[in-house]
Amino acid sequence: MALTGLQIYKLLPRTNCKECGFPTCLAFAMKLAAKQAELAACPYVSEEAKAQLAAAAAPPIRLVTVEGPGHKVEVGNETVLFRHEKTFYHKPGIFVRVKDTMPLDEIKAAVKAAMDYSVEYVGMDLFLDGIAVEAASGDADAFAAAVQAVREVTDRPLILIAEDPAVMEAGVKAAEGTRPLLYAATPDNWEPMAALAKEAQVSLAVRSLDGLGNLAELAEQIKGKGVQDLVLDPGVRDPVSTLVTLTQLRRLALKKNFRPLGYPIITFPGEGAADPMEEAMLASQHIAKYGGFIVLDHLTPASAYALLVLRENIYTNPQEPIQVQPGIYEINEPKPDSPLMVTTNFSITYFSVANEVDGSGLPGWLLVADAEGMSVLTAWAAGKFDAERIAKSVKTTSIESKISHHKLIIPGHVAVLMGELEEELPGWEILVGPREAVDLPGYLKLWQPS
Amino acid sequence: MPVTVEIPVEKWMGKVLEVTLGATADEGGTRSHTVTVGGETTLPFLHFEGEIPNPPCIAIEIADRRPDDWSPLLVEAWGDVMDDPATWAKAAEEAGADLILLQLSLTKDGDTPTTAADARAAARAVLEATGLPILIFGPGQVDADNELLVAVAEEAAGERVVLGVCEEKNYRTIVAAALAHGHLVNARTAMDVNLAKQLNILISDMGLPLDRILMDPTTAGLGYGMEYGYSVMERLRIAALQGDKMTQLPMLVTPGYEAWRQKEAKVGEGVPESWGDWRERAILWETLTATALIESGADIVVMRHPEAVKRVKAFIERLMK
Repeated sequence: MALTGLQIYKLLPRTNCKECGFPTCLAFAMKLAAKQAELAACPYVSEEAKAQLAAAAAPPIRLVTVEGPGHKVEVGNETVLFRHEKTFYHKPGIFVRVKDTMPLDEIKAAVKAAMDYSVEYVGMDLFLDGIAVEAASGDADAFAAAVQAVREVTDRPLILIAEDPAVMEAGVKAAEGTRPLLYAATPDNWEPMAALAKEAQVSLAVRSLDGLGNLAELAEQIKGKGVQDLVLDPGVRDPVSTLVTLTQLRRLALKKNFRPLGYPIITFPGEGAADPMEEAMLASQHIAKYGGFIVLDHLTPASAYALLVLRENIYTNPQEPIQVQPGIYEINEPKPDSPLMVTTNFSITYFSVANEVDGSGLPGWLLVADAEGMSVLTAWAAGKFDAERIAKSVKTTSIESKISHHKLIIPGHVAVLMGELEEELPGWEILVGPREAVDLPGYLKLWQPS
Repeated sequence: MPVTVEIPVEKWMGKVLEVTLGATADEGGTRSHTVTVGGETTLPFLHFEGEIPNPPCIAIEIADRRPDDWSPLLVEAWGDVMDDPATWAKAAEEAGADLILLQLSLTKDGDTPTTAADARAAARAVLEATGLPILIFGPGQVDADNELLVAVAEEAAGERVVLGVCEEKNYRTIVAAALAHGHLVNARTAMDVNLAKQLNILISDMGLPLDRILMDPTTAGLGYGMEYGYSVMERLRIAALQGDKMTQLPMLVTPGYEAWRQKEAKVGEGVPESWGDWRERAILWETLTATALIESGADIVVMRHPEAVKRVKAFIERLMK
């Protein structure tokens, strides 16, 4: 069973040397107990204590890293079943699959398109994590050539897919200098696959099609050969078996601290789907429910955008609503007679509004009120975006000295605040803007300062 | 030797109430059949540890007149049926709806207010056009909601229509109308577990049985705060299964409205190239918002685009196997 922070503390050097990155041994012990730190961070812990702590201190889901020269993906180390219990930490890696049976030019073009893809979302640039190369040919040279071709186009991490250890070996050689994930060890090939992974010091996926008991056995055997960084494929593909099995795996790790299956999971949504749209639906399930590496066969800009945004949403820390600083934001170099709009400091709300005004090319002042990080309607319902708060943000910022008019545009969703606001802000004219940010450019075109 | 794996099974004490929408001729209405939602004794689709007696349902949203602010893609998908709620209801039924949600508009033409007689006529027309159970939502302004919903409640007496939207500031008149004419209500709160419980208590204190209340914790579209609604739904459903009576109501959410008001779905011009094909993106936006919410506990999703409906319906079928 897991040890408490105090039990762990007694086994530590208790010198408070801070080299682990925590201020005291007790603080480090508490993090170990919460499974948010690794014992290896302590350089002075005794071998004896290590042995005692190792079993209890390791995270219940092992952190697995795959890496290319230009990007690293870490998955695992999750501590909760539901994001509201704390947060999900390590976003699943989203990979795009190419096969070595495709002409090399086509492989390069597909990889380039996927890896060049980038989309902005609330001020962040989102992109796909890497490429899975499959040895569909069964031929070592063809596989090596495909891996080489992929590496010529991208420096992001790779997943190498091959059943035959000899073919895999050729792929591993071609991927030298990176840390790929090898997929997969099966009951038929696990010994040479484990030897390969150990030699190359890379992670290895384990696949068993007949139940978690056999999967656990295989994982234990491979671990016995000295390969620690494992990834699981329980062999399920349809939506309901995947949801059930991935939930069971997460529960086994977190509730039972069941080591033999305490690893991240790899999924292939395209193998359970009849078409790309269904593949995206399955992938969305794997993002929300416990996928670690998600390998896609079909990806368009639209589906990539939707899935990357979903991943951001699900992995947002619910304890820390994403907010922007309240205050005045100047868009497109506003003049004293430019319009003044007010919105809340929920980051999604802010970016929706700011992007629309920015995109319209029209200058404007955006007053961001402190609504405790809530969207307009939510904040209004919770009393965090009422006439008093809006009036306060007008008065406490220097906006009045920057503009030559007294007109304030409020979001259409809170049109009911108009009367109250006019009382709170004598001499101001309150204008009701559109309900949705998308309609702002049209609205602003009609702006008249006087 | 295979390792022995003991799958952790949650022994939930609670159960979501079953709520039946619609009434057939035998039951005092005119619906061709009723639809029951709820009844779960475990989290969504974990069939191995509990019962999920009723699949989640899709309500297609129609309106009493052609909406002014719907995306051109929706207008293209539905076409001329949008000019007549009865024809629209029939088309929605053909598109695979389990339920029809009739949204009443504030005005007839952007100017003249919708009258009680107009609302009655629309409700009557939809009831005659389809045999599916229906939901009727008011325009969302207190005075108009009270006037129009009281009228349609009387017009549809005995049909077990879901009347909405009940909010804390505006539930008494709607609940009274539901009590008087044998209807159900949709109780909406702003993404908060305690607010949801509180409104359910207020409504049931008026004498409306819990099995005539749907709980609408509010959602948001993908990319616009969906995760808040998602987590509130997970928390509500866990509370229900743990035995908290005032959370044991089936949940209704509106991914169609939420997805289609966002720029990603609504418009095709002036957006970044990396957003991809407009139609594909828009349908995905609604589809993924709806599926995420179904997997976090939604019993009824209100949707708009027929292609998204088809997708989500097929996915629900696979999840119920």
